[in-house]
Amino acid sequence: MQTLKIVVTGPFSSGKTELIQSVSEIDVVSTDRKITREAERIKHQTTVAMDFGRITIDEDLILYLFGTPGQKRFDFMWEILSEGMLGFIVLVDSTRPETFREARRILDTFRSYSPVPYIVAANKQDLEDAWPPGDLRIVLRIEPDVKVVPCVALDKESVKNVLLELLYSILELMDEE
Amino acid sequence: MALKGRLEDFGITQLLNLINLARKTGTLYLQNTASDKSSYLCFREGKLIYATMEGMEDNLPVILQRNGVFTADQVRMIQSNMPGKPDRDIAQVLITSGRLQPQQVIESVRSHVLDVVYQVFSWYDGTFRFEPSKLTVKGKITTSIALENVIMEGSRRLKEWERLQDELPDLDVALKFAERPTTPLRDINLSVEEWRVISFINPRNTIRQIAQNNNMGELQIRKIVYSLIQAGVVEVVRPPRPVAAPGRGKAGEREAGGESAKMRRPDVKRGIVQRLIGRIREL
Ligand SMILES: Nc1nc2c(ncn2[C@@H]2O[C@H](COP(=O)(O)OP(=O)(O)O)[C@@H](O)[C@H]2O)c(=O)[nH]1
Ligand SMILES: [Mg+2]
Repeated sequence: MQTLKIVVTGPFSSGKTELIQSVSEIDVVSTDRKITREAERIKHQTTVAMDFGRITIDEDLILYLFGTPGQKRFDFMWEILSEGMLGFIVLVDSTRPETFREARRILDTFRSYSPVPYIVAANKQDLEDAWPPGDLRIVLRIEPDVKVVPCVALDKESVKNVLLELLYSILELMDEE
Repeated sequence: MALKGRLEDFGITQLLNLINLARKTGTLYLQNTASDKSSYLCFREGKLIYATMEGMEDNLPVILQRNGVFTADQVRMIQSNMPGKPDRDIAQVLITSGRLQPQQVIESVRSHVLDVVYQVFSWYDGTFRFEPSKLTVKGKITTSIALENVIMEGSRRLKEWERLQDELPDLDVALKFAERPTTPLRDINLSVEEWRVISFINPRNTIRQIAQNNNMGELQIRKIVYSLIQAGVVEVVRPPRPVAAPGRGKAGEREAGGESAKMRRPDVKRGIVQRLIGRIREL
């Protein structure tokens, strides 16, 4: 049995829980996981709420989706989560410019942990005040070789498309080498 | 689809940078909390074509007066002779009758528009809304001003240092020239200090090193680099991995200060990615 992991990150309330929920086959979305060894690093907190989804590919392949914890004090979890990931998705609430700078910071941090492929998903495109993906690309200073895709995390088809775009990016990278 | 937000979160410089790079057409409506004033700026394909601000008269005769073309008495005369006429008609009458040179109109409108835009650079709080495709310029005489120079000059006047700190948290990153600048460098008006920074731009020099070489303080270099970035002249080279973990292949071999980090394929076989794709498609 092989397991693979894709990490979904982004600022608070960007739609990580919703996105994972939309495609996961398991009901439990936000889990309260006991942290054992890392617990020493944060003295008082011993649990962390984290989104966790699963898609069974076939009898010997499972894809896990992890959403990064929202609270700042769990930032140390990012590095742990990013270990061995296939790629990551940076989710942005397209209606909230006050979160764009934070999104860029998260993107840079993740990229420094692991140089795997990633895409930016411009979420909440169903809302009237959503900034278009092309504008987010400029504002977040996304390099031309990274995709910025529209997303509605509540809509399964849209989330499927985001995952597929990330996987296509991985394939394209394999073709280049 | 209107772009909306608060100026505290997304400032004038960033808005102009976006409008410039996306070559937007439309009107940017601004409301400033501190002065309780409103303003709007009109853009065509990323160029500033008109601007107006509450409390700043923008009838053509008054604009011409501010520019020293007419006296207050002359303006009163013109206005009583042509009450309620749009600027375009007034200009035409005055030019045809030889009392006004076209060049004077062009210069005066341009200087009015720049006055407004430089004033809004000091608006740090309030709201903005960009209405694409909508141009509020009926009857007005418009101009066409490249935003790079406006951004450079506007950021020279910036007084808000906190934002600079936020925008450039790390001075140990390098800079490179923008790959697709909208305006060539020679058409941008730069100060001597700015040219000195420009002359050191190279993916191997960090911002801190450039400052040291030019004997510039942190604030000064931040300000210059911020304007150059917002004007779309230079870009930050994203830092490579800070600590190269062992056994991760290419990532660890990257030179410090080299080109921005290249993506690396994950350690899986192509067939596996294809199985994922196949399954997700049928979800
Ligand atoms: N309209 C709309 N609402 C969304 C979308 N994605 C998430 N939301 C809502 O945004 C809020 C925050 O989403 P959540 O998944 O909890 O964000 P998280 O903090 O990143 O996990 C919730 O109320 C969601 O229902 C979307 O695509 N469209
Ligand atoms: Mg959540």
